[in-house]
Amino acid sequence: MTPFVRHTGLAAPLDRANVDTDQIIPKQFLKSIRRTGFGDNLFDAWRYQDEGDIGQNPNERRIDHDFVLNLPRYADASILLARANFGCGSSREHAVWALLEYGFRCVIAPSFADIFFTNAQKNGLLLIVLQDEVVAHLFAKAQGEGLTLTVDLPTQTLSGGGTDVRFNIAPERKRLLVEGLDDIGLTLHHADAIRAFEAKHRARMPWIFEEPA
Amino acid sequence: MAGRTVYDKIWDDHAVAERGDGMTILYVDRHLLHEVTSPQAFEGLALAGRELWRRSANLATPDHNVPTTNRAAGIDGIDDPIAKEQVVVLDANCRRYGVRQFEMTDVRQGIVHVIGPEQGATLPGMTIVCGDSHTSTHGAFAALAHGIGTSEVEHVLATQCLAQRKSRNMRILAEGELNLGVSAKDMVLAIIRRVGTAGATGHAIEYAGSAVRALTMEGRMTLCNMSIEAGGRAGLVAVDDTTVDYVRGRPFAPVGATWDEAEAYWRTLVSDDDAVFDEEIVLNAAEIGPQVTWGTSPELVLGIDEEVPAAHFFEDASKRELCERALEYMDLKPGTPIASLPVDRVFIGSCTNGRIEDFRAAAQVLDGRKVARNVVQAMAVPGSGLVKRQAEAEGLDSVFKAAGFEWRDPGCSMCLAMNADRLYPGERSAATSNRNFEGRQGYRGRTHLVSPAMAAAAAVAGHFTDVREML
Repeated sequence: MTPFVRHTGLAAPLDRANVDTDQIIPKQFLKSIRRTGFGDNLFDAWRYQDEGDIGQNPNERRIDHDFVLNLPRYADASILLARANFGCGSSREHAVWALLEYGFRCVIAPSFADIFFTNAQKNGLLLIVLQDEVVAHLFAKAQGEGLTLTVDLPTQTLSGGGTDVRFNIAPERKRLLVEGLDDIGLTLHHADAIRAFEAKHRARMPWIFEEPA
Repeated sequence: MAGRTVYDKIWDDHAVAERGDGMTILYVDRHLLHEVTSPQAFEGLALAGRELWRRSANLATPDHNVPTTNRAAGIDGIDDPIAKEQVVVLDANCRRYGVRQFEMTDVRQGIVHVIGPEQGATLPGMTIVCGDSHTSTHGAFAALAHGIGTSEVEHVLATQCLAQRKSRNMRILAEGELNLGVSAKDMVLAIIRRVGTAGATGHAIEYAGSAVRALTMEGRMTLCNMSIEAGGRAGLVAVDDTTVDYVRGRPFAPVGATWDEAEAYWRTLVSDDDAVFDEEIVLNAAEIGPQVTWGTSPELVLGIDEEVPAAHFFEDASKRELCERALEYMDLKPGTPIASLPVDRVFIGSCTNGRIEDFRAAAQVLDGRKVARNVVQAMAVPGSGLVKRQAEAEGLDSVFKAAGFEWRDPGCSMCLAMNADRLYPGERSAATSNRNFEGRQGYRGRTHLVSPAMAAAAAVAGHFTDVREML
């Protein structure tokens, strides 16, 4: 996983609550067996005026020029401001892959859905939860004169546009992101404990381990 | 020590170790796999040079993008070359790692959340995960079941565990009796309307109360299935006779002395009287009527006798904005009776409502009636090959076909429209599935979620209508 330590970037305001992962990456792109190739189809039904399908050339499609990410002023955005319950719905990790590949390193919102939250963490996409009022302030700045933010994960600070706030993050999430650790490797450090547990579990609940012929 | 909830008990029985970073390593008993969220996980496993931890924990089937016609042709019947590749890759991965799979042509193939319980591969007290958010379905068996992303699928393949933080406990108590014509689907839609689409975020939900106890296992699966639509990753129901009776005799269920031992353990999977829930919500089941969603979030729900609300009806600013967007996308005007909306396509199926009782409930309404002329397509898609076979043995397929429904082969179908089954721009559906998000059932399609009986009633009337008047 790519470590996340410090990042400075332009913030784009996506002013909608309950953005579900079907909107972040629609179903037709889930047919891919790869982890890449999703960036051009991030928010596909909102970014384009035609129906998207896998393998299209994005330059030949009709753009919805009113959609926030298509506004020239946000073309280089790498921090997404979002509203409550961002990433709800389907568990598709493709949503996180699409955000990263598009160029977002960080999403800031008042709240996130549980599965999306975990998926983001596993891929080094930093999610920052801030209070409604703080997010509202950032939205006003980003929609007004524009907002460039600096996220410093070791010190858990977010600064820029007259804002200087400390955000909360669980210590284990922070360490995984800052050090870019291999999550599976961390668990496998406990392989002996897993094997011991499994043997005990099998003795106690043998039916879990049985399978029909 | 304070009493424990069912969730606490299952958690305690699967906690392997603290990882030393605030995460608990939780053992996974059953891992279900399908073609869409597993290929990158198998690839990651191979690239890292890791082995599959426990082969027998895994059970796979293709369901999301398989066609619901011409299934005798097997993989060659998939027209879309990209979708076909996914199914081919699932086959190859299952062969390489020795994972048991119900392939496309196997009568046991079906939607992963239908086949687990059907086979008894879903057992009480298990931890069950799958790269699909509707894995909460299996919680109906007092299992701790939830959806995971592809990185976690790889984590489970490699370690048989997940690194997790414990959720908080929420109890939803539904007391009283459901009225005739009102089902578990109506109950869960009423719950989501009340709790909101993020109301259970961070919580494991336990559904309890006399109305939940009175549900069949299939009803409980419908209820738990949509927990994620209220934000809860997991939803569950305590073990009782209904649970145990359903499991007995299924292919993966234990027999003999092991059964007795298992049953004794399963019977402990009820929340203690002094267990503490962080949140509690109480509903009166008798007050719930047939429900229809009107918007683009599953919390935007109406009773069949209600009218589409105006944005100013909502106090919260973000709800007002959500409502305005939904009105526009769904092409609705405030004050329109939901019962007046014409329906273009009807879909009965999905992991929410694709089981035998769902088709019986719909067939009861359709018997002797015809699909209305303005309905361009009505589809019945059984949740598995075995559900289909059972329905045919009961003659239900004849009822559906005589009414003008298409009787299809099993799969996720128009719930998410990854295959050819879909809505076209501007079309409105009555669907028994679980999500009404923008474009969910097809580009610019408009979805209204209902129960199977309500979907059948809408098919006959050509618009939404109170099914109770047709029973």
